Amino acid sequence: MKHLRAALTAFVLLTLLTGVVYPLSITAIGQLLFPVQANGSLIIRDGQIVGSSLVGQTTDAPAYFWGRPSAVNVMQGSSGAVIASGATNSGWTSVTLAEQVAARGAALRAAHGLSADETIPAELLFASASGIDPHISPEGAALQIDRVAAARGLDRARVEALVAEHTEMPQFGFLGMPRVNVLLLNLALDSIE
Amino acid sequence: MTGYDILQIALYLGLLIICTPLLGGYMARVFRGERTPLSFVLRPVENGLYRLLGVDSKAEQNWRDYALALLLFSLAGFGFLFLLQLVQGSLPFNLAGAANVEPFLAFNTATSFVTNTNWQAYAGETTLSILTQMIGLTVQNFVSAATGIAVLLALTRGLIGRSGKALGNFWVDLTRATLYVLLPLSLILAILLIGQGVVQNFSAPVTGAALSGETQIIPQGAAASQIAIKQLGTNGGGYFNANSAHPYENPTPFSGFLQMFSILLIPAALTYTYGSMVGSKSQGWAIFAAMFILFAAGLVLMLAAEYAPNPAGGGILSLEGKEVRFGMTNSVLWGAATTAASNGSVNAMHSSFSPAAGAVAMLNMMLGEVIFGGVGAGLYGMLIFVILTVFIAGLMVGRSPEYLGKKIESGEITMAILAILLPSAAILLFTALGVIAEAGLRGRASAGPHGFSEILYAFTSGAANNGSAFAGLNANTPFYNLLIGIAMWVGRFGVILPVLAIAGSMAGKRVAPASAGTFPTDSPLFILLLIAVILIVGALTFFPALSLGPIVEHLLALSGRTF
Repeated sequence: MKHLRAALTAFVLLTLLTGVVYPLSITAIGQLLFPVQANGSLIIRDGQIVGSSLVGQTTDAPAYFWGRPSAVNVMQGSSGAVIASGATNSGWTSVTLAEQVAARGAALRAAHGLSADETIPAELLFASASGIDPHISPEGAALQIDRVAAARGLDRARVEALVAEHTEMPQFGFLGMPRVNVLLLNLALDSIE
Repeated sequence: MTGYDILQIALYLGLLIICTPLLGGYMARVFRGERTPLSFVLRPVENGLYRLLGVDSKAEQNWRDYALALLLFSLAGFGFLFLLQLVQGSLPFNLAGAANVEPFLAFNTATSFVTNTNWQAYAGETTLSILTQMIGLTVQNFVSAATGIAVLLALTRGLIGRSGKALGNFWVDLTRATLYVLLPLSLILAILLIGQGVVQNFSAPVTGAALSGETQIIPQGAAASQIAIKQLGTNGGGYFNANSAHPYENPTPFSGFLQMFSILLIPAALTYTYGSMVGSKSQGWAIFAAMFILFAAGLVLMLAAEYAPNPAGGGILSLEGKEVRFGMTNSVLWGAATTAASNGSVNAMHSSFSPAAGAVAMLNMMLGEVIFGGVGAGLYGMLIFVILTVFIAGLMVGRSPEYLGKKIESGEITMAILAILLPSAAILLFTALGVIAEAGLRGRASAGPHGFSEILYAFTSGAANNGSAFAGLNANTPFYNLLIGIAMWVGRFGVILPVLAIAGSMAGKRVAPASAGTFPTDSPLFILLLIAVILIVGALTFFPALSLGPIVEHLLALSGRTF
């Protein structure tokens, strides 16, 4: 009986402490110190939210850089549901994966006029873990420069400079991989004109 | 691999070694009730809690009392979390409009968080409300980790104690672990993570007008506070479905490094705490060394496997299920840490790892989650193997086995074997059931050996209280929710109860002074023996199962077979 009372009281008190006081304090501190990050790193253009710099978007318009393939529906159209996150979870011996990779490779070669022996950066062939990976590699962006420049009637060098400007190097010089945020790059493209 | 990759790994392992005595020493002071730099704030809170609980903090418990307190507390948590999910639809803070959870899933999820497993058969952004995540899941993230530490402390006191009543007090250990260790570390980590871009708000999902002209509705939430403790408490349950691969949970390489470091931090530091509490730091370092060697060996194997191109996938390095910002090395390092540490959070999808890397991930769990392992749980699991090793060494030289000067007798060995056999049996028997029953086979997402691996991984993860998954498996069915739920109970309390029984029986034993015939348990020879015992027990138990899954898949992948 003594234990039961302690168990219930301990549970209630620790719930208040770790389930109410703790998250609310973190929210207060986070909102105060890092309001942009705490609220989803949203990008606002002309007073309207266009997305988040952390959440990838998909598009197949030739005038934009393309992000990574995804296992989930990144854009919901008008269905009104929140976007999901997730991966294919396909293993190495998955025939579906092999077919998907081959099809993506063929589509990218066709869209960019590449020959069969030119290598395509792996992140454009394989679906991401989150399904909303916002980045591609600098090589993945370089591959698309000609196509984007042609679709927009822009000078190649101009687009190339923009890609270079949007290439993030490893954090603190050594953590993680060099990468390009596709949405930010596309927004910068839009603001040229 | 480049020099940067090696530098990152070296920094990770180096920091782990440096922080082990720092945090370990602090925790030893906390759990002995000594003054710490945080005492001036926390002591009054601590004492206030004891008063409200009606607990005398000086009153020590025997093992039965300790176990009873622990079980009642865990059941209270389970009951609350189970009911909370059943009715969340009609409770406030349900900003994304989540429905009530159906009972099988609610049972599985409540079990999962109370047992420190954090297996997720649900999708965070759509299934659970902010209220459930906050006062349900976050709370269990803390207290299930604190419970693990408490069991370790009871065992430690049993090994050195002079009386059977001297195992300490569960309520005191629970309170101190939460207040002095988990809360302050989580506070620091959560704020660092928000700075990197992890969301922490109570907003409804945000609608964006995307470049393509479509709309994109992005879920929000109080993620940072939960993610901090999910890593520090070796819990692993994500706020969003994609877990720490989701950019809102893990936005930058630095946030990845912080989280990955937090996974191993407390389990590693507890080895030093242990050494400090038993009065011989080398005992703690010997265990750390065994864990470190096993971890490094697994990591090297996984890196080698993952940096080899997949012949069936066009012969290029696979980024399937990996994020660009982390790249290959950080995905593999995380995979090694999270499966070694019974954490289970992922920044890359283990199901898409090469079969050989997936096999190492499974083996890390199958060895009993003792390679650093869960907070507290890893070390008490490792101490079971230490006792077994001492026993086997004693048999080999024909002396009666002793650990820390106390005789190991048949009672302890029976309990140790039970603690090793119960989770292993759950893994193998339930996997067998999964591949016989129609309901089990239907859940597979893959054909061929990978489909078997999905089922094997699921029950391994459940019984080892890890929580990661070969997530193609559709585990949100009554069959899997129920069986994996049972595996989690067995894997948690089927180990905790024997461990506490060992603590109880060791506590009353006389300490014999060390003699020339005493087998030292902090020597390189012992470390080697310990590693050998762990590997032999694990290999003998699981080699047949692994050969049917990842090993045969590896061989087939090499010959270009697909299914």
